[in-house]
Amino acid sequence: MKRQLIVFVKQVPDTKNISGEAMTPEGTVNRAALPAIFNPEDLNALELGLELKDRFGYSVIVATMGPPNAAEVLRAALYRGADEAILLTDKGFAGADTLATSYALSCCAKTVKNYDLILCGRQAIDGDTAQVGPQLAEKLEIPQVCYVEEVIELEKKKIKAKRSIEGGFEVLESQLPALLTVVECNEPRPKAAKRIMKYKKAKTASELKKFHGNADYTDAPMLTEEEAKLKEKNLWIHEWNAAKIGADLQRIGMKGSPTKVKKIQSVVLEATEVVNVEPTGSGINKLIHELIEDHTLG
Amino acid sequence: MAEKRGNVWVFIEQEAGKIADVSLELICKGREIADRLDVKTEAVILGNNLEGSIETLFHHGADVVYQVEDKALEPFTVLPYAEAIVSLLKEHKPNIFMVGATLKGRELAPRIASTMLAGLTADCTDLQIDNFVDKLTKTDHKDKLMQIRPAFGGNIIATIVTTWEDPQMVTVREGVMKITSPNKSRKGKVVKVKPEISASSKIVKVIERITQEKSIDLKKSQIIIAGGYGVGSKENFKIIYDLANTLNADVGASRAAVDAGWINHDHQVGQTGVTVRPKLYIACGISGSVQHRAGMDESSKIIAINTDPDAPIFSVAHYGIVGDLNEVIPKMIKAFRAKV
Repeated sequence: MKRQLIVFVKQVPDTKNISGEAMTPEGTVNRAALPAIFNPEDLNALELGLELKDRFGYSVIVATMGPPNAAEVLRAALYRGADEAILLTDKGFAGADTLATSYALSCCAKTVKNYDLILCGRQAIDGDTAQVGPQLAEKLEIPQVCYVEEVIELEKKKIKAKRSIEGGFEVLESQLPALLTVVECNEPRPKAAKRIMKYKKAKTASELKKFHGNADYTDAPMLTEEEAKLKEKNLWIHEWNAAKIGADLQRIGMKGSPTKVKKIQSVVLEATEVVNVEPTGSGINKLIHELIEDHTLG
Repeated sequence: MAEKRGNVWVFIEQEAGKIADVSLELICKGREIADRLDVKTEAVILGNNLEGSIETLFHHGADVVYQVEDKALEPFTVLPYAEAIVSLLKEHKPNIFMVGATLKGRELAPRIASTMLAGLTADCTDLQIDNFVDKLTKTDHKDKLMQIRPAFGGNIIATIVTTWEDPQMVTVREGVMKITSPNKSRKGKVVKVKPEISASSKIVKVIERITQEKSIDLKKSQIIIAGGYGVGSKENFKIIYDLANTLNADVGASRAAVDAGWINHDHQVGQTGVTVRPKLYIACGISGSVQHRAGMDESSKIIAINTDPDAPIFSVAHYGIVGDLNEVIPKMIKAFRAKV
């Protein structure tokens, strides 16, 4: 049986490049106006997975949890070289914190069953928590190696990886299966033109139904036919809901989340109280004099 | 009240017996919270042959230190640490468990929280005690830990509350809680623990480990001159060093300058670097992304020098100089030399 690895990725709002259009008149960020992107470190994780595919012949499965349009990041992964894609989508997953998210992802991994490795980016730029990787490893009862920069060796039952630690690096050896969280350590390959031509046709079941005017399988038998065709050409993106992965409904989404958001305050950029200093000799002299006077300097 | 509230616990991170600054910061914050809740502050430190460093935890406010020793706990690997801590948490049932948001803390805390089915909030920058009404379940929660953290790339500040069973777990960003001055006469109790560590926790081995002392620790700097992408080149960082030498200051940098390879990462200020609060911060050619501002906006005085009058750095500055740093900095050096 072919060796498999799973890369978990996330579609995130682009919080790093906030343009003027995404700002409200009050100086806060309008989150809905931010473009959705492939979480940057998840691209590094995918690249590492694809390198392992090149080096050791792994089959790369990419999976994400999100709304139906998160299929977009899965296609982006297929364009780069992933072999198979899974979209976890269900209204019940909504509002999940990191514990409920890692539980749902663990159910997905258990449904896939055979895997040597799980890769994820260290953290996502919308929350920056870096919690889902270690929590997922715990849920699967497998070891975790965080902040991985390089896979040095991969044998049948163990892996040797280099990872960053405070003030340096470490080489760890772990048994397989294992979960790695990956930092910005490689140059993700671009989308391949040929693969784009092929995989832009890849669809989830929802997308197929939507394509046919939101038809239902029961009254449109052609859907079954088309599904079979897409599967045959490897253009089928699995769409799994909570029932399919055998998730306990009490442990997913808002219900499965021990943390609650009490309050959200937008950070307001306020341009008050700034003393404008002229970039002239006298302007700067006066400033330095003031700082010496109040003992900030000297 | 049916059951007595649990204590406030702090994970003490050590490397070669030296306790991390963030752990002392958390002991001080833990003391404050424990006083507010009328409970104890307890610390848990893990390793092998730990001697000598424990007293300082009492001086900063710990009442009890659980000293957990086993040869599987040195050097640090996640699985044995998590197993040992989980068994202590199950036994002692603390109300709150705080961990520094270091590389180690950020891989350890989620592993533990997952086993405990505990809520965990990452990278808190403030912690408070307050009541919470869960509108969904219409339940009142008294004296809960308000876990305050930036999210969305620093564009929002969220207050998070854990409503499930204790512990309420947080990781806390380094450098944001203040270390209060130690009371050298303060004493406490050491509880030695011999943990049971299963074979399945020993399946990850450290093969090689290379570390270097940080070339600089900006957290302790009183004055920081920081250069950004506007400095223009590695060579031109000399002008930043010139000003720093004149003012007896240290040199910081934005991520853009570090990524460009002009200066090493130890100098980086901001979300992925260090958080600083010097008495004077001079930002030279730094536009001021939210990530950078998050690491320096609590400096007592901020001077921003930038050619772009709309640069966001001016929004946190006390003094703004719209101009070319290559002209402004020599004038500052000259002015200072003339005054002293």
